[in-house]
Amino acid sequence: MAGDGRPLLEVERVSVRFGELVALSAVSLEIGRGEILAIIGPNGAGKTTLINVISGFYHPQEGRIRFDGTDRTSLRPPDIAALGIARTFQNVALFKGMTVLDNIMTGRLLKMKGSFLLDALWVGPARRQELEHRAFVERLVDFLEIEAIRKTPAGRLPYGLQKRVELARALAAEPQLLLLDEPMAGMNVEEKEDMCRFILDVNGEFGTTIALVEHDMGVVMDICDRVVVLDYGRKIADGPPDQVQADPAVMDAYLGVYSEGGSAPLPNLPPGEDCAGGAGARMKAGESSR
Amino acid sequence: MSVPLATLEAGRDTFPKLARANAERTPDKVAIREKDLGIWQSHTWRDYDAEARSIALGLASLGFARGDKTAIVGDNRPQLYWTVLATQCLGGVPVPLYQDSIEREMAYILDHSEARFAVVEDQEQVDKLLRVREQCPRLEYIVYDDPRGLRGYSEPFLLSLAELQERGRKFAHDNPTWVEDEIARGAADDLGIICYTSGTTGTPKGTMLSHRNLILTARNAAAREGLRSDEEVLAYLPMAWVGDHIFSYAQSIVTGFTVNCPESAATVLADMKEIGPTYFFAPPRIFESILTTVMIRIEDAAWVKRKLVHVFLDLAQTLERQRLSRQPRSFWRRALYPLGWLLVYGPLVDNLGLRRIRRAYTAGEAIGPEIFVFFRSLGINLKQVYGMTESSALVSIQKDGEVRLDTVGTPLPAVEVRISETGEVMYRSPGVFQGYYKNPEATGQTLEDGWVHSGDAGFMDHEGHLKIVDRARDVSRLADGTIFAPKYLENKLKFSPYVREAVCIGQGRAYVAALVNIDFAAVGNWAERRGITYTSYVDLAQKPEVYDLIHQEVGRVNTSLGEDEVLRGAQIRKFLILHKELDPDDEEITRTRKVRRGFVAQKYAALIEALHSDRDHVEVEAKITYEDGRTGTVRADVKIRDAQPVAVEAA
Repeated sequence: MAGDGRPLLEVERVSVRFGELVALSAVSLEIGRGEILAIIGPNGAGKTTLINVISGFYHPQEGRIRFDGTDRTSLRPPDIAALGIARTFQNVALFKGMTVLDNIMTGRLLKMKGSFLLDALWVGPARRQELEHRAFVERLVDFLEIEAIRKTPAGRLPYGLQKRVELARALAAEPQLLLLDEPMAGMNVEEKEDMCRFILDVNGEFGTTIALVEHDMGVVMDICDRVVVLDYGRKIADGPPDQVQADPAVMDAYLGVYSEGGSAPLPNLPPGEDCAGGAGARMKAGESSR
Repeated sequence: MSVPLATLEAGRDTFPKLARANAERTPDKVAIREKDLGIWQSHTWRDYDAEARSIALGLASLGFARGDKTAIVGDNRPQLYWTVLATQCLGGVPVPLYQDSIEREMAYILDHSEARFAVVEDQEQVDKLLRVREQCPRLEYIVYDDPRGLRGYSEPFLLSLAELQERGRKFAHDNPTWVEDEIARGAADDLGIICYTSGTTGTPKGTMLSHRNLILTARNAAAREGLRSDEEVLAYLPMAWVGDHIFSYAQSIVTGFTVNCPESAATVLADMKEIGPTYFFAPPRIFESILTTVMIRIEDAAWVKRKLVHVFLDLAQTLERQRLSRQPRSFWRRALYPLGWLLVYGPLVDNLGLRRIRRAYTAGEAIGPEIFVFFRSLGINLKQVYGMTESSALVSIQKDGEVRLDTVGTPLPAVEVRISETGEVMYRSPGVFQGYYKNPEATGQTLEDGWVHSGDAGFMDHEGHLKIVDRARDVSRLADGTIFAPKYLENKLKFSPYVREAVCIGQGRAYVAALVNIDFAAVGNWAERRGITYTSYVDLAQKPEVYDLIHQEVGRVNTSLGEDEVLRGAQIRKFLILHKELDPDDEEITRTRKVRRGFVAQKYAALIEALHSDRDHVEVEAKITYEDGRTGTVRADVKIRDAQPVAVEAA
């Protein structure tokens, strides 16, 4: 990877409007090579919109996005994926009837050179190509520890595992930048710990840059190098986790939204709740060990 | 083949020498396979020998001296078996540890065994070792196989297996015959392994076994059972357990057969189907869980299929029961069996990966008659084995054609068994251990003039079959003097698919009461089919419907006890369902899943008192230990249910 000191992704004063609704207003941020960045904010702050803009699903009315030094504001999703940006979705978007292996193989599609006839006959280069891609997918299966469910239809899996399969499919595209939209939503403690470990491992082993949207502040504080806070489509803070957590503007944003409902604002983190460090933990009670 | 029962030929008296002989005689035969990246990767005996040699050279380059110990921690992996051999090549002693041990247990064994080297599977184990390293000052090097996640670790004493082997190759440059010289210095009476027994009481004890112990036991059993070099076995039980060492290491090297390492603990059943082992070993709980899985799936099947399966399974089991009790077998059942094979047994056996089995063993605990009969009725040659770490795993095996429900077979060649005056089983054999490491006191209590006190109460029946009743010290009496064998009752309870674990208490009490652990998978499935909703184990365990279910099972046990003249007085009067699963991390059961009775009695004293009082519920709070050593608590209101004893008929 080219380490010329420039950030991998630069978002410059991007605005997105849906009719009268301003989803993002002049948001600027950078994602450095190899870092894990968290994007947080109250509901409706524009987090998913930002992810959708970066992955090319929405096109901003104003502003520019540069990836790896070149402008790509107006590219469509497949072109952006080909550049090396992969993502997962807030609501799992797997092919439910297909096996886990096949689902992950779809992540390799962009890397495949197709020839209808050769593929249909499965001869020569088509066969070799499939075997190469399958070998790559097997490395991901091993990496994400999903050997036992290789041949299981994705729709039959529990939610936490579906999320993991989605991560595998995103990784199959060998992205430089991985966008994770709420990777831990709806997971139990154990599944979250596993996912934390995988995110750190992906970052460590493949050097993949990761941007994630997340609500679980424990996770954010533990595994992220930097946090960007959005509120009503504006960026209100950007910095290391502990600094952001103490930022009055951030406190205010969370209090302002949540205080009426009586729900907790930006949750205080118990110092012992070390999510990533406890990745080896397994909840044993009530868990059948078969 | 004539087999010397108690002597070893020169040149074939240690595992490194035997492995080298395999590499010379059958270099291209597959010695070990591992499923990795979705494919079964094979390693021949030539590879086995070469890999072990390069690991040995690497260890030598780090200053490994004769007698040094290598701690080995991880799932069954070829690299770890090679490390066992490599350590033995250098005259060292491998010390395998249970891979799911918590840090405190690991620290104890590492420190007690004085291991200088540790070879482990992956980051999880490295992390555990790094955290206990300060308590184990003798531990100098940690070697890991899988480098994943370890990139950022910079400790100087930490290196990968590949790096170790690379160092070995450089070392070999200056010392080309180092390993060969060390192998030549090895003798039959060198220690081959130290197996730490989990022990139902007190701290673990390091059982020392020599090459002679292991080779003779492995060979005598192989000869008696007719093992061939084309056997396929699945190595899936913990390497720290002496049984795995005998089946997946010692017998493989002695007879040259192939060992298969599954991809992960979660894929064992699928991998078994792919390999189709011919020789299979499992403790009763594995057979139980296979049976439970089968039954759950059958219950989910369509009505016709379900009916068909039940009819034919009943038929086969009736036949098998008649065969085992040597009653005449009815003609029409025998005539229908082939049809059953075609429709039910064949496909079922195929699906379980058991079709090629020539012999399957169960040991460790008594197996439920229903489970035993189920597998045998499918045509699987399942046999009971008796043994323990102190006997190099094996004392007796049921011979083909001499299989009984309630015995553990006849002693192996060269094994003598006698019953002491107190009714305890004692044995003497070439496999008898060399003593407990650094524990002469315990050795003295167990080993007497070459005879081992097994700690089990039992007797020889009129046909020379050994029959085990219970742990000798567990057999006791109720307050009114009735004989009470807790394990016997517990095993009867556990034969139910819904009961995972049970502890019966009655010593010196007015009646017997039981603490029951439900099987989460089986009861959960049962509840779902009945539309009973639950949120967690604790919630499910305390459902009145589940109590009714377990009540029936207790009733069944009482009925069966009522037929036993000696034990009918010790029926279960009260029971409760525990709010948490007994777990080795909480020290309630051992890593091999044996109940630590004393510990449980102490920990659940409040529950036990309530069981022997008039109360109908009790509030509890239990501490739970996570695998990384953290703890949490579970609160519950546990109900107590009365069970009706079956009236004792005046005989």
